[in-house]
Amino acid sequence: MTGNHQTLALLLFSVFVAVTLGITTWVSRHRHGSAEEFYAGGRLFSPMENGFAIAGDYMSAASFLGISGLIALFGYDGLLYSVGFLVAWLVVLFLVAELVRNCGRFTLADVVAARMSERPVRIAAGTSSVTVSVLYLVAQMVGAGSLVALLLGGTSEAAQAWTVIGVGALMVIYVSMGGMRATTWIQIVKAVLLMGGTIALTVLVLVRFHGDFDQLLLTAADRSGHGKSFLAPGLRYGGDWTARLDFISLGLALVLGTAGLPHILSRFYTVPTARAARRSVVWAIGLIGGFYLMTIVLGFGAAAIVGPDAVRGSNAAGNTAVPLLALDLGGGAGSTGGTVLFAIVAAIAFATILAVVAGITLASSASVAHDLYASLRRRRAKPRSEVAVARTAAVGIGVVAIALGLLARDLNVAFLVGLAFAVAASANLPVLLYSLFWRNFTTRGAVWSVYGGLVPALVLVVLSPVVTGSPASLFPGVDLQYFPLENPGLVSIPLGFLAGWLGTVTSTEPPDEAKHAETEVRALTGAGAV
Amino acid sequence: MEKYDGPDSGKVRFDDPWYDALASGWGELDSTGAPAPAVPHARGEQEDRTARAADVYLEVQRSAAFQEVRSRYRRFVVPAVAVFFTWYVGYVVTATTAPDFMARPVAGAVNVAMLAGLGQFLTTFLFTWAYARHARLRRDRAALDLRWDTQELTRSVAGGDR
Repeated sequence: MTGNHQTLALLLFSVFVAVTLGITTWVSRHRHGSAEEFYAGGRLFSPMENGFAIAGDYMSAASFLGISGLIALFGYDGLLYSVGFLVAWLVVLFLVAELVRNCGRFTLADVVAARMSERPVRIAAGTSSVTVSVLYLVAQMVGAGSLVALLLGGTSEAAQAWTVIGVGALMVIYVSMGGMRATTWIQIVKAVLLMGGTIALTVLVLVRFHGDFDQLLLTAADRSGHGKSFLAPGLRYGGDWTARLDFISLGLALVLGTAGLPHILSRFYTVPTARAARRSVVWAIGLIGGFYLMTIVLGFGAAAIVGPDAVRGSNAAGNTAVPLLALDLGGGAGSTGGTVLFAIVAAIAFATILAVVAGITLASSASVAHDLYASLRRRRAKPRSEVAVARTAAVGIGVVAIALGLLARDLNVAFLVGLAFAVAASANLPVLLYSLFWRNFTTRGAVWSVYGGLVPALVLVVLSPVVTGSPASLFPGVDLQYFPLENPGLVSIPLGFLAGWLGTVTSTEPPDEAKHAETEVRALTGAGAV
Repeated sequence: MEKYDGPDSGKVRFDDPWYDALASGWGELDSTGAPAPAVPHARGEQEDRTARAADVYLEVQRSAAFQEVRSRYRRFVVPAVAVFFTWYVGYVVTATTAPDFMARPVAGAVNVAMLAGLGQFLTTFLFTWAYARHARLRRDRAALDLRWDTQELTRSVAGGDR
């Protein structure tokens, strides 16, 4: 019985890998090797295509399996967690997407450097972008390792390690051979598969309850053993005040971090105009919102049909709730329907991880080549050689991510994702908003706001209970715990904004009025946009 | 400011301002997408022209048309951001600090928390719709005109004497 799902799941994995490699080869046949092509896929994707690709870039396995698992185990608190991921898109839509499309070329640093002294700003923004990307990448790799091993039944260390290495190798191949064009198509295929799978499971759950959502909630609450409190907040994040503050901190990081994620920002450069960027975000919000609404049904459905005890028995974090639900909906263990649905869900989860890691690898290789390499070498790299650097950087980042993924194998995936969002919100968002909207912003302000968000965020994590001082931490033997929260956002995001303000008001250099005028006019009209 | 009267200036202009792909081909772009270099007669003149190109942006920024576009954008975005951000933070803070209030039943299995959570989804969709509509009806046309004018001005400053 278990042998059956594994064979079928492996077969579907191989089909997906073959299809994506086919896309990569097909796309790289037409490649011109220009920076425009490599980082932005030629900028001619339609809003709908880009909307699907954004959704494919954003909805990770942590969302598909993690959030529905959280709902299955803790009820309402899982829903509370998912809201932040969606509302964050309003920040992107209102303040970032169109303006960034108009002002930049490939990376976040382009937008800031247009107004400022280029070198220090590029180094700062490039460093923080690479940091965010690597954190997010490690989270996905760790997730991939434990997930695939779990779904295939092989929980051995070796199976996990080989999964991490395999995923790393595949993402490097996609990115270095196919660039943005291949990555985008892989994300579109993945978004379609993910939406299709989620819709099918949601319909099956609702059919099981004859379309009665109320009945679904009542059954879930009943089976959970918590009764009505399963449908109200507090089961997971409602402990002492530290736990509550920790969740508020995470909520802030989620809602403000999305607009600072380098792999999301780079997606806006793949469409021709700001108007197309706006329309792609509207598509993405529709898809992502619909997806999270369906994960609510799946999560409560798993609690009602499978039951939290069975879910917890399979994986303590709840990551297998959806696969188990699929098995049951298809007709139970041993039936053909159950086997097929289980294998499909496993394959979708795998596709999800591959598409997300490819997007992040591409964005971070762009930051390395376009921002860091170009500034640190002090010479103007020609577009062609810059692409060669970016390809090499993709390999390097792949190696680093595999190594860190193997080292961080035991870290909690949700914590790593929350940390990546917190760093993005603290280091990238303040500098981006100040550059777009504040007339008096200066170079010193920009550099201070990046480091003033990045350094506190990382230091607070080192001083937090995650790293030392509690039984569950990385080094339980040492005690360096001076900061009580696991997520640094509540403190480090205001610090990032404060540092940018402080750097600007103490700056001796007067703000450049003409450059501000240029940024503002370009941002709102699209004049001179590439 | 001399008027640019190249052979194709009339043809490109506003064939179909709503067709996105058209806009990508505008401006002085070479194949790599970087602004095409102006054709300077002498080194000193180039600097002079860069300075004048910067003046174009200042001039456009001070124009009534641009100020109107900017204030339309801000009049929508500033209150909207304030409202959804307060609503979201209020939701998260209430959920973590007042779980008893959130657990109050409304109808059947549905309680205040469930309504507030689904309300967050609903308001996000509504804000998205309202923003897209506002931008399409109140900003796009004016921004496109300004984009054209600005590029005409920069072009005539940068390479007008060709």
